[in-house]
Amino acid sequence: MSLVTHRASNRPVTRETSLPGGVHRLSPLPRLRGPGLLQRWQERAIQATLFLAAASSIAITLGIVGILGFESLAFFKQVSLFTFLTDTQWTPLFDDAHYGIMPLVAGTATVAAVALCLALPVGTITAIYLSEYAPHRVREVVKPFLELLTAVPTVVYGYFALLFVTPLLRHFIPSLPGFNMLSAGLVIGVMIIPYVSSLSEDAMRAVPMHLREASYAMGATRFQTSTRVVFPAALSGVAAAYVLGFSRAIGETMVVAIAAGMQPHLTFNPMEPAATITAYIVQVSLGDLPHGSLGYQTIFAAGLTLMLMTLVFNIGGHVLRKRFREKY
Amino acid sequence: MKIRKDIAQRKRTDKVFSLVGLIATLVGIVTLLALMIDLAWDGTARLNWNFFTAFPSRFPDKAGILSAWVGTGVVMFVTALAAVPMGVAAGVYLEEYAPKNVMTTLIEINIANLAGVPSIVYGLMALGLFVYKFQFGMSILTAGLTLALLILPIVIMATREAIRTIPGSIREAAFAVGATKWQMIRHHILPYSAGGILTGVIIGLSRAIGESAPLITIGALTFIAFLPASPFTGTFPFLSFEWLKSPYTVLPIQAFNWVSRPQKAFHLNAAAAGLTLMAMTLAMNGAAIWIRYRFRKRIKW
Amino acid sequence: MVETLNVSPDVLAGAAVKARVQDLSFYYGTHRVLKNITLSVAEKKVTALIGPSGCGKTTLLRCFNRMHDLYPGNRYDGGGIRLLPENTNILGADVDPIEVRMRISMVFQKANPFPKTVFENVAYGLRVRGDLKKSDINERVEQALRGAALWDEVKDRLHSLGANLSGGQQQRLCIARALVTDPEIILFDEPTSALDPIATGKVEELVAELKTRVTILIVTHNMQQAARVSDFTGFMYIGELAEFDRTEKIFTNPSNKLTEDYITGRFG
Repeated sequence: MSLVTHRASNRPVTRETSLPGGVHRLSPLPRLRGPGLLQRWQERAIQATLFLAAASSIAITLGIVGILGFESLAFFKQVSLFTFLTDTQWTPLFDDAHYGIMPLVAGTATVAAVALCLALPVGTITAIYLSEYAPHRVREVVKPFLELLTAVPTVVYGYFALLFVTPLLRHFIPSLPGFNMLSAGLVIGVMIIPYVSSLSEDAMRAVPMHLREASYAMGATRFQTSTRVVFPAALSGVAAAYVLGFSRAIGETMVVAIAAGMQPHLTFNPMEPAATITAYIVQVSLGDLPHGSLGYQTIFAAGLTLMLMTLVFNIGGHVLRKRFREKY
Repeated sequence: MKIRKDIAQRKRTDKVFSLVGLIATLVGIVTLLALMIDLAWDGTARLNWNFFTAFPSRFPDKAGILSAWVGTGVVMFVTALAAVPMGVAAGVYLEEYAPKNVMTTLIEINIANLAGVPSIVYGLMALGLFVYKFQFGMSILTAGLTLALLILPIVIMATREAIRTIPGSIREAAFAVGATKWQMIRHHILPYSAGGILTGVIIGLSRAIGESAPLITIGALTFIAFLPASPFTGTFPFLSFEWLKSPYTVLPIQAFNWVSRPQKAFHLNAAAAGLTLMAMTLAMNGAAIWIRYRFRKRIKW
Repeated sequence: MVETLNVSPDVLAGAAVKARVQDLSFYYGTHRVLKNITLSVAEKKVTALIGPSGCGKTTLLRCFNRMHDLYPGNRYDGGGIRLLPENTNILGADVDPIEVRMRISMVFQKANPFPKTVFENVAYGLRVRGDLKKSDINERVEQALRGAALWDEVKDRLHSLGANLSGGQQQRLCIARALVTDPEIILFDEPTSALDPIATGKVEELVAELKTRVTILIVTHNMQQAARVSDFTGFMYIGELAEFDRTEKIFTNPSNKLTEDYITGRFG
């Protein structure tokens, strides 16, 4: 269908088309009116459709908040918030049911702490190295490889943690149980290195050259320039990278479900097995809980807790970024 | 001289750090290599014809991934079908139409935040919404839509980035000969950003293909010894959408199931399934890099 | 304040009027970029707009095809631009900018061919109109390329990418693209500022040829260029039309002190 409705104008067109080098004369083009009513309508309809597609992202957020909120509300009608936050056991599926989220939060925090202890320093140093030290050729080769780390399916990381890293660690720590948070945390740490390093590197490379030159002109070495000028100037972007790393670490599911065991257990010792929030959700989902039961609602309460943890850190990160935003 | 000593000391620090940096960079890469070698070591022996054409079984050496790879393919199809039009449309809107107002800012912040939501939360949302509210059940349709929502931010951001590289002078050139806005977008913006968009879509799908957490919450089964119904039928209208309602399994779930078993023989199957999955994601990433390269060569601004 | 002379009716010296700008003002947001511009564009003549950077000459040019409509916060004010012979105000709210752009085409400062073939670049203006016959399109594309003095150079590679042409050829390709719709006016926005002298010469020759069939409005930084190609020249200064007259008058005996200072190189 033609988008343009056109018609011959009532204005006579008499213009000669004597073209330089032209072989013969063309009849004049029919004069056009702009788009007709149909086309105006079509343009509007398209714009409205595209807007709906963009706005649907808000519907997704509302869906997430709505479902988590709705089911959690049903959960908290039966279990008080006080019990939820203070009980030290999480055994919703046992006859002697306890609903204390703390063991799951402790597991999540421990795994995330192990992961971040590895990923933040390694990721930051990698970023500084790639941005300030590495020759162009090295960077071009290394970066795609680092990014491949994000392409590995998490279930493969879980396999690796359980059947490679844990046996390896047992050479050094013979008492380490088969399921433990240490190896899960370490593997998640490696997994999130590229998230931390690539965002941090972008931020460091955005620092203008003249700041570096000013530092070198004072007789500073590359190391001093990197750590005292470039890194502080890029701190806002680095903070964003850390927040993303943190979100990934606490939200990671398969590695902990496979390698850390699924027993809720209030401990901060990474050498022990324990369940995280995500592992608990997986464990319940693998079973056959009837829709609408209290057990079914627990995974939404757990999910809401996870979301809130992510949210708190994202807001914290936002505040940090605002405070450290450098103007250059 | 004190200053000479001082400079020498600082230069040493510099050298040491350059070594530390190299080692830090290698941590990720060495781990990646170790992981791939470990997986290949365990899994290669199981990669034979039978493994790809057999259903899962309780005998590890007879078990295969037929239902899993078919499931992965079908779910990815639904995911792409839902995520690509939605994501591209949203990206085009935000780059070409969106006025600078509160609504636009809200949408932009929202998309950035959605990208940071843990994948399992998408699974919980889908469980409440798709499985029970909309009564889609634990089906291929639910799985495809869930993963589509998960990768939607990736597709949107890739689309926006690709569109942003098109210079404004090209838009003006199209408008100057009388194109309408939509003609300008259809004839110029979409074709010229197609490479970038396609790259983003493939990266998104390669992320979706390895996801298992949200699918577990919406009830992917681990033991499926049948294939979904064929979309083609012998009678009018020759197409059937029965397969959308079918239960399913996918490769990462199958691998998860095998690695969770105590027997060593099943672990080998898990490695082989993981290897297949890795090959798929690496191939997709490779394809994405190749497409980006080809388009960069064809269109230079 | 710039002393503004009113255009005396005899400036156009009997040439037919194609467009009449009346008391036109233009705002970027609250910033007034054009101030009460009044000017007549002679049919099938070349009218040049000169003036120092930021004087508003490109802004004025882009009013003619309503390019400013593409961006938010822009506002036309005043009497508008009347296109003759119908005497309709092309800035009027009831006039569709798309129709305006089909009748008044534009060549940009830097050659901006689409990343499409030579043929498709030129044909694009016809494609957006819809149902023209294929043979018609072929014929018109050829005529446009001949009109832009490019046909002989590209006739054997019509289907290779426009970006493969040289800089000067690319700019002439853009002229062909502007010609294909058989426009009534072509706007040139500093069309040679990115070209070498030889390519510039070719474009200038082309402009001289084209004026036999189409009205031309050209913005230029280069005063020699204005003197070479134009019949009428407007000198703009901080958003106002300081002087408008026959080109030889402007360059030999300007009536405004500012114009004289500018063309003798005392500023700008």
